[in-house]
Amino acid sequence: MLKLKNIKASVEDKDILKGLNLEIKPGEIHAIMGPNGAGKSTLSSVIAGKEKFSVDAGEIEFEGEVINDLAPEERAHKGIFMSFQHPIEIPGVTTTNFVKAAVNAKRVAEGKEELTPGEMLRLIKEKSALLELDRKFLSRSLNEGFSGGEKKRNEIFQMAMLEPKLAILDETDSGLDIDALRIVANGVNMLRSPERSAIVITHYQRLLDYIVPDFVHVLYDGRIVKTGGKELALELEEKGYDWIKEEIDNK
Amino acid sequence: MAKNEEDKLINDVTNKEYEHGFVTDIESDTFPKGLDENVIRGISAKKEEPEWMLEWRLDAFKVWQTMEEPDWAHVKYKKPNFQDISYYSAPKQKPELESLDEVDPELLDTFKRLGISLDEQKRMSGVAVAVDVVMDSVSVKTTFQDTLAKKGIIFMSISDAIKEHPEMVKKYLGTVVPVKDNFYSALNSAVFTDGSFCYIPKGVNCPMELSTYFRINEEGTGQFERTLLIADEGARVSYLEGCTAPQRDENQLHAAVVELIAMDEADIKYSTVQNWYPGDKNGLGGVFNFVTKRAVAEKNAKISWTQVETGSAVTWKYPSTILKGDGAVGEFYSIAVTNNYQQADTGTKMIHLGNNTKSTIISKGISAGHSENSYRGLVSISPNAKNARNFSQCDSLLMGNTCGAHTFPYIEARNPTSHIEHEATTSKISEDQIFYCNQRGIDTEKAVALIVNGFGKEVLNKLPMEFAVEAQKLLEISLEGSVG
Ligand SMILES: Nc1ncnc2c1ncn2[C@@H]1O[C@H](COP(=O)(O)OP(=O)(O)OP(=O)(O)O)[C@@H](O)[C@H]1O
Ligand SMILES: [Mg+2]
Repeated sequence: MLKLKNIKASVEDKDILKGLNLEIKPGEIHAIMGPNGAGKSTLSSVIAGKEKFSVDAGEIEFEGEVINDLAPEERAHKGIFMSFQHPIEIPGVTTTNFVKAAVNAKRVAEGKEELTPGEMLRLIKEKSALLELDRKFLSRSLNEGFSGGEKKRNEIFQMAMLEPKLAILDETDSGLDIDALRIVANGVNMLRSPERSAIVITHYQRLLDYIVPDFVHVLYDGRIVKTGGKELALELEEKGYDWIKEEIDNK
Repeated sequence: MAKNEEDKLINDVTNKEYEHGFVTDIESDTFPKGLDENVIRGISAKKEEPEWMLEWRLDAFKVWQTMEEPDWAHVKYKKPNFQDISYYSAPKQKPELESLDEVDPELLDTFKRLGISLDEQKRMSGVAVAVDVVMDSVSVKTTFQDTLAKKGIIFMSISDAIKEHPEMVKKYLGTVVPVKDNFYSALNSAVFTDGSFCYIPKGVNCPMELSTYFRINEEGTGQFERTLLIADEGARVSYLEGCTAPQRDENQLHAAVVELIAMDEADIKYSTVQNWYPGDKNGLGGVFNFVTKRAVAEKNAKISWTQVETGSAVTWKYPSTILKGDGAVGEFYSIAVTNNYQQADTGTKMIHLGNNTKSTIISKGISAGHSENSYRGLVSISPNAKNARNFSQCDSLLMGNTCGAHTFPYIEARNPTSHIEHEATTSKISEDQIFYCNQRGIDTEKAVALIVNGFGKEVLNKLPMEFAVEAQKLLEISLEGSVG
């Protein structure tokens, strides 16, 4: 599904990703952990196509196609979704209006008809129920004045609406209370299928109890330096990152 | 009117002028360029106006000649040469086209994106419409007229009103916007040729939105429009002006005057969508729109101005309300968009004279390209106005670094019991907002439209339903190409 080949990326002349390789097959869930500032969010933005980050080397391949030159919305239309670590506020635009625009934009790009207001409403009701979102919440300005947890839940609601092939969840668990964590994880698991994949970025192994990953990677200083199974997350939680840093520095 | 009768009339009114070599060919549809007393007499004659109206115009012309064009607004433009304008043009017969294929494709494209129906597209672009459609629209108008007539509502062109209801026009014309109010109001008073008159009788709730579209004898929009709207005690009316379809016009200068009178307990909602030709990408061409709009609100009356301004090269416009009676309410909701080299200097004046009067100002300015967008507002509380309240909010949204947004709020509070609040913000559409939308599959142009509509929401929500939808699309089209 997704192949990252020796990705080097920088922002404002600062190198952040320094030769990153990663392959994700359909149906797989990959967790990415790593210390603050390692480049996890940068990796998400690079996959999603944020123009601010320049990809200086390497290829991003999605379903067999090199997408380095595609605009972010084109990548979105192909089925890439990113749940933002810090969701953005758009004053005056309701969540409903926003997801409506997003869903229809994608459908139009796929050559389908826009949903009728009735169909849209039904879909919104179904997905918001799934995430136990209060209806009032949907008519508020997008992310404006939302609590940290509400913003994250809203991201997952949008994901549920768009049903992406590849979901990148950047610290979606941070700021969530225990109940919300379960609900959000549920939302992700519902989408799980042999055709869909996800990248789950987190600092806490707890999320991985709910969303069980096939692989756990450690991203450190712009590279993936260690890969393992779910037990690696436990080990990291217990021991921190120092032992990994040492391993690398000794090489 | 028979030919020789008309000749006689013209002879009468222009008698003196012949001596001075009056050469205006009264038979022709358009007066030659230039402005003097003769031209005004000519207009009045063409309109078959009573003597008092002619006198009124001539007085206005004298006043105008003593005035100078104002230059305090934050706009720069080449002053029009008032002798280079023709002041009368007979109702234009649009060229009849066979089918929509003959219409400027760019115009059609815009119509389509505004969601304007095919029949409507034909009507607006001058294509001969099928008989049934004509019948249909005639019957709509007839039903419309019937409904209004039953309620005693008068709604007609100002020219007809001068002839059919002279006592009312005479009584109210120029009472809200005096002739000498400003340079353009004086000019308009001397030479206006089009516009609407509307009277809603006591206690009548006008059952439909009034728009000039439904006025019989529709003559198209003129260069010097004059609108006079009177809501008698306890009457209610919602009036729509303008339309969202692009207005191309060879007239560069537009100077309208609008006067609203809301008597005790009356309620007037006046909504405008202004979409005159803004000039091209390089700022060439485009309409100068210098408008004077003012309302008087008597006891417990309410005036609500809502405007969406996207057109014109230069806009100069301050719909204002004089809160004369105790408990009167004034509202001003405005969105002004400027792109490319457009300039807008717009806002409102709320003049609090009565006790317990209340005003609300919500102004949203959106600037893009190399444009300049200014809000200019006055909140004035007279010494006698006890417990007056005002809330003003002026928000500016900037797109790019080459445009300007300015706020000029003036507050004159001369009564210590008044309560005035003013808030102002300036924001930019951030890269992060655009990326967030892009990531959800929304392209940049749509993202800008979404964000701008969100920004203007409080104002858009005040527009009548069908206007609001079109206005949203209009904002989108006006800002096309403004983000790289
Ligand atoms: N726009 C930017 N300009 C300059 N430096 C940036 C920019 N964005 C990110 N960086 C830097 O790049 C590095 C990687 O940042 P990134 O946000 O990818 O880290 P992260 O792994 O997601 O960290 P965290 O766990 O704290 O979220 C950091 O040192 C950060 O300061
Ligand atoms: Mg991060």
